[in-house]
Order: sequence, then C-alpha cells, then structure tokens
Amino acid sequence: MNDMTAAAHGSHPSGLSYLEEPGRYGGIRSWLLTTDHKRIALLYLTSVLTFYAVGIALGVLMRLELLTPGETIVKPQTYNAIFTLHGVIMIFLFVIPGVPAIFGNFFLPLLIGAKDVAFPRINLFSWYLYIAGAFFAVTSLFTGGGPPDTGWTFYAPYSIRTGTNVSLAVFAAFVLGFSSILTGLNFVTTIHRLRAPGMTWTRMPLFVWATYATAWVQVLATPIIGITLLLVILERFFGVGIFDPEKGGDPILFQHLFWIYSHPAVYIMILPGMGVITEIIPVFARRTIFGYKAIAYSSVAIAALGSLVWGHHMFVSGQSYTANVIFSFITFLVAIPSAIKVFNWVATLYKGSILIAPPFLFALSFIFLFSIGGLTGLMQGALSVNVHIHDTYFVVGHFHYVMFGGTAYAFFAGLHYWYPKMFGRMYSQRTATLACTIMFIGFNMLYFTMLVLGLQGMPRRYYDYLPQFHTGHVIATVGSWILVSGLIVMFANLLIALRKGERAAADPWGGKTLEWQVPSPPPHENFEEIPVIDRGAYDYD
Amino acid sequence: MFSGAASTIATKVDSAFLFILVICVLMLLLITFLMVFFVIKYRRDKNPIPTNIEGNFLLEVVWTVVPTILVIAMFYYGWIGYREMETIPEDAMPVKVTAQMWSWSFEYENGTRSDELVVPINQPVKLELFSRDVLHSLFVPAFRIKKDVVPGIRTTLWFTGDEEGTYDLLCTEYCGLRHSDMLSRVVVMSQDAFASWMAGKTAHEAAEPAGRQLLESQGCLGCHSLDGSRIVGPTLKGIFGRKGRVLTDGAERDVVADEDYLRRSIVKPNADVVVGYPPIMPSQEGILSDEQIDAIIEYLKTLQ
Ligand SMILES: [Cu+2]
Ligand SMILES: [Cu+2]
Repeated sequence: MNDMTAAAHGSHPSGLSYLEEPGRYGGIRSWLLTTDHKRIALLYLTSVLTFYAVGIALGVLMRLELLTPGETIVKPQTYNAIFTLHGVIMIFLFVIPGVPAIFGNFFLPLLIGAKDVAFPRINLFSWYLYIAGAFFAVTSLFTGGGPPDTGWTFYAPYSIRTGTNVSLAVFAAFVLGFSSILTGLNFVTTIHRLRAPGMTWTRMPLFVWATYATAWVQVLATPIIGITLLLVILERFFGVGIFDPEKGGDPILFQHLFWIYSHPAVYIMILPGMGVITEIIPVFARRTIFGYKAIAYSSVAIAALGSLVWGHHMFVSGQSYTANVIFSFITFLVAIPSAIKVFNWVATLYKGSILIAPPFLFALSFIFLFSIGGLTGLMQGALSVNVHIHDTYFVVGHFHYVMFGGTAYAFFAGLHYWYPKMFGRMYSQRTATLACTIMFIGFNMLYFTMLVLGLQGMPRRYYDYLPQFHTGHVIATVGSWILVSGLIVMFANLLIALRKGERAAADPWGGKTLEWQVPSPPPHENFEEIPVIDRGAYDYD
Repeated sequence: MFSGAASTIATKVDSAFLFILVICVLMLLLITFLMVFFVIKYRRDKNPIPTNIEGNFLLEVVWTVVPTILVIAMFYYGWIGYREMETIPEDAMPVKVTAQMWSWSFEYENGTRSDELVVPINQPVKLELFSRDVLHSLFVPAFRIKKDVVPGIRTTLWFTGDEEGTYDLLCTEYCGLRHSDMLSRVVVMSQDAFASWMAGKTAHEAAEPAGRQLLESQGCLGCHSLDGSRIVGPTLKGIFGRKGRVLTDGAERDVVADEDYLRRSIVKPNADVVVGYPPIMPSQEGILSDEQIDAIIEYLKTLQ
C-alpha cells in the first residue's frame, strides 16, 4: 500500500491487476488477510453465493414437499426447520449483504475515484463477522435441540418456548447485524471523505446515492434488531419476562421491535439493487439518465419514509385501530418515490440508442418483476384487503417478487454488467440471454401462482394443505424446477467464463462512470492518479 | 376474489381489491408497454444517435401527483371497509373462541361447546379470541376476516354469514409442529336449524361424563386421540394400567400408568416423558382443579 507499489503496479495496462498483485502476503493469505476492497468483495462474492446455493436448495426441497398434500418427502418438523433456514439464509446471508457487500465494496471506491474505502481493516473485519455469523447459523442446525423451527421472524412466545436451538440462530443474526452496521459505517465515511476532487454530490453516480441512503439505514436501524434478539436470548436463558405473557411479557412488543428493523431492512435490501439498475440503464441506452435528482432524492425519501411503516406487518395483530390507519396511510406514501424511480428508468429509454445485452435484459426483467412486487404491496397496504391476504401465500408471492424479482435480479444484472470489469473476461452473451429467458418463465410460474393461491386463502408456513389448493401447488413446484434450471445455466455460464471467457476490454459496454476508465480487471490501487471530475456521471454528449 | 364470498363484509373487501387491482394492472401494462415499445423503436441499429434528455420538470410533477392521488384513493377505499370490520354491531351474538396448539374450541353464551363454529344466517356474530399458549390467527377465507389470537390479550372479530354452507376456518399464524392441521369449519345455517342444533348439542353435552367434557374443552384431544391413533402425544385409549418407558431426568425407566402417574403427568407433564414423544405438553397446574383431574382420571379408566 505504499507509494512504491503504487508506482510499480499503478493503472498502467501492462501492470498487475488486483488479482495478480502479490501484496504483503502470499498464497491464500493474500486473500484472507487482504485489505483491498476488491479482494474483500470477492471474498463476499464466494461466501454469499455459497449460502445462496444452500438457500435455493432448501427452497426447492420445500416446493417438492408441497407437490402433494400430506407427506411427500419430509416430516413436518423437518419442513418447519427448512422454511426457517431458507428464510434466515436468504435474508441475512444473501439478500441483505448481497449487493452492498459485493458490488458496494468493489465499485463504491472506483465510482467516486478513491483508492479504497475509508477503513480497509474494518472492512475485512466485517467479512470475518459475516463468516462468524454464518458459522453460528450453521452450528445451530447440528447442536442443542435441533434446527430452529420458528420461521425467520422468531415471533414470541413460540420462539421463547420451543425446544429447538433458537438461541444460537438468534445470536448468529445478532453477529451478522454487526457486520452490516460496520459496512454501513464504512460506506458513509467513504462517501463523505474520499470523493475525488470535483465530484460534488450531484455528480455522484446514482449507485453511490443508493448505497449512501442504505448505509444510513444500516447504521441506524440494525442496532434495534440486535437489542431485540439479545432480549430473546435473555428471556430464553434467564426467564426474564419480556415477550412471553406467561412471565408478564408482551408478544406484540416483540413484533414492534422486530419490524422497526425488518421493514427498513427491506429497503436495505432493495435500494442498492435500484442503484445497480440506475447504472445499467443509461449505459445500454447510451444517453444520460432521465431525472438524476428525482432518482437521487427518491432514494433518500424511501429510506426516510420507509422507517415509519413497520406497523403494516401487524394490521391483524391486535394493534390499535388508529395505529393501523396511520401505518396504512404512510405505507401508501412510500410507494410514490418507488414509482418515480420506475418512471424515470422507463423515460431514460426514450430516444436512446439501445443495445440489447444480458445486463440490460436482467434490468428490464427487474423493472417488470419489481413493479409487480410494488403493486401487490399496494394491495396489502389497503387495510380491508390486507385482513384477507395477510399471512397467506399472497404475501409470500409478493415478497419474492420484491426480494427475488427485485434485489436478486438487480444482483444478476449487476453481476453481468460488472463481470468483465471484475474478472477481465467476458461470458457467453447468448447463454446468459437464454438463462434470463428460462428464469423469467419459471419465476412467474412459481410466484404468480402463489399470489393466486393466497387470494384463495392458502395460509403460509403450511406443511399440509386442503385439496382445493392442490393445482396451484403443482404449478408452483413445476415453476420452481424451471427457475432453478435457468439459475444453473446462468451460474455455469459465468463459472466457465472465468477460465475460458474472452479477454474483456476496459469498457466493453461504453459506460461513462469512472470504473470503466481503468483497465479490466482494475489495478491494485485503482487509479494511477486520482481523477479530477468536471462533469456529471452520465455525460454522453 | 377467487374463493366464493359468504359474508356481508366480503363483497366490500372484494370491491376494494378490484378497484386497486384495476389501477395496478393498468399501471403495469403502461410501464411494460412503454418499456418494450422504446426498446424496439430505439434499438441501436435503428437509432444509432441517441438524444440526451436530462429530465423534464413537468413530467416529474405529473408522475408524482397522479400516483399520489391514486394511492390516497386506495388508502381511503381500504380504510372504509376496515372501519366496518372493526365496528361490532350491538346485537352481535358473542362466541368465545379458545385457540391452542393445535385445535379450536368455540363456546356459546349458554356454556355449550363445539369444535366447529355453527352460526345462524344473517346474524352478526362476535368472536372473542383467547389463546392458551402461543400466537394463532383465526382466518375464514370465505368471510375475508382474520385476527391474531394473542396469549394474554383479548382480541375480537365479527362477521355476518349471508349464505348457508360450510366454510374452512384456518390458523394463519405459525404455531409449531402441526400448524397446518389447526383447521376447523364454520357452518352457516337457517335460524331454525341453528336452534335445533343448539338444543341437541346442549342435551348431548349434559349426558356426557364430566371427564370427557373436560378433555374436549381443554383441547387435550388435539394431541391425544381416543381411538388408538397417534397424533402428537400418546393415545388415551387403554391408557390406564398401560406399561411403558419414560424419560425421567434424562434416564429411561419403566412405569405403569396408575392414578399417581396420570395425575403427575397432568400437573407436571415434562417430569416423565414417554419415550419417542416430544416434551411439549403445557402444565395444567392451576388450570384444572383437583376435582376436575379426578373426573378426568375416572373417565380415562373407562377407555379400555
Ligand atoms: Cu414492511
Ligand atoms: Cu395455530
């Protein structure tokens, strides 16, 4: 990290990339002890995708069990553990860290013209916390009273009373929370302190804006879930009556504390994804983004308003009538900044010069699927309708449209967009397009069917179901097979390209933001000389 | 919606849903159409030179104001339906609902109990919800009603069934192992039919042994069968005098289910846990009096 190495391996095309740079340590230690934000991003990429694969496998098992009513492949206790783990792994180990920890780490410094994040060592420490949290989560499966069976929401008093290994799983989520907080802190500081000269706030790429808004939510909201989870552990071990009414506690209090974090967490999950989409669309339309300020400020508006709507998860919980009415109203308001983003994205296509390529196709799929996710959210925001569909498959379908169709699709879009930059190679674009098509079909077959099942009255977290729901479950399960086939094709294509892909140019898509101005893959210190910024991020004139 | 509507509130929920659905479908069609249209029209080979447009203030105002009006209309529509759901009519017939892992029990004003909710048509019914253990939620899809059953708190719910028939009643708040079996039914019948059902039920109940009534009302039968089949706990058929292995303080031992054993198993269920069954039965200490426990044991003796 001293000036000599910078001079030796700077950004000269013939210099070493961050992948080859030996650094202070050799071999595996050059990865495990690295403080390079790009290498840390790849550490996250490998670990997050590993857990994502586990989460997918659990999801497929669940769908398989539901293929027929009654027992298909597993017993009810196993099923209950599977949906709990699927939720915990997907939320805490994939969706929350996915975009910020991988693309945020890799591209945030590049996008603002910095050599690294503000605290490189804390950055590495965050990854170790992530691994520690994941380790505890996995350990909870094989120790104590068996894998937790509470659902990822850990609702009291069931979570207090069940004999399964809830305490360790809850502790795992607690540790993961710290990883998230430290990453957020690091990003806020980086954006404030390390922007290249001339990069004013309104010249920042919009992915940076989205990451900035997210980082604040991470820092401010995550401690609440940390405290809540500690209280659960306290109650389980020492019998302090906080949430269990048998000991004088209040189960509704748990729900409040849980959702005060977990609703804003939805925006921790989606905002960075929206940022990725905002980077991709102007590049493939080869024109400037439409409504820069509207998109930037809507991120902040979403983060702010989104912190005040948690009660919409509790409309039938016995929460007061007045509270319900207020929460419903604010919930509708938070839809407006999301709608503004969608309209601006579509308007950016107007009079562009559009290149149809895999990152762009994933981005278009994102807009379509996320719109369905948002619109079904409106249906649930309406009080009388919510009463009917709360805790049914409608909710399950809805949040998969948002989390999978939204965040995960933005992740796929980002992966295909930045892949040549990260690895210096290009994947087969034909195969990627094929995968995107297969996934789109499977996705809608699986999750749209869930929306319909929910309207018919199919409750969520059911091991068994009444005969009238059978057709829907069969369609959804077949959809899950198609979806997974698409995912396998997509990941296989990317894995093959790691070795066999053609060498990628510095700027294969014609992007204007700073990451495309350095070689692919970028050199260890990113920029030979810190660039001076004199124009907006999407200047295509 | 998709399941038939059978309560007075259902049609109102459905019309609010339909209103929102129509707007949402139009929005989605508009977004998708524009997206596809632009992609086709401005493909790079057709439109090699893009035009840079930084934004348009008027458009931003339009697509902020129009959605704002639409969502406020949606909010209002949802609210008025909900207001009605939360306003319980004065003349509603009260029924006490007790939920526990994993069964429902309904108790009418005259003390008569049932494991199905039977109600007269066109009669507002008010459900007072109680939980014996964890969270549950009472959901009748055909009526479009749902409310959580929260231990330690009384929650309420009301409906008027306006079509005769039998409707599913489900638990929709995850409550453990057999959550998906926590089902019952609502039967809506004519006033006359209801009156005779009630008379029959009351007479039948009076004729039943006290122990049997307690097993039913305490929800014991949700986990322990009377016919020898295995549910969650051991069956009660032939329980008295049965020999078996139990786990006491982590060590296995053989026991005979005599009066003392049965009494201990009701008051301190987890002191001796029958091998092969989960230790999940809640203690009945303070819930059942000594006389009631005696009555139950007397009844168990007859189940040979
Ligand atoms: Cu929410
Ligand atoms: Cu239940």
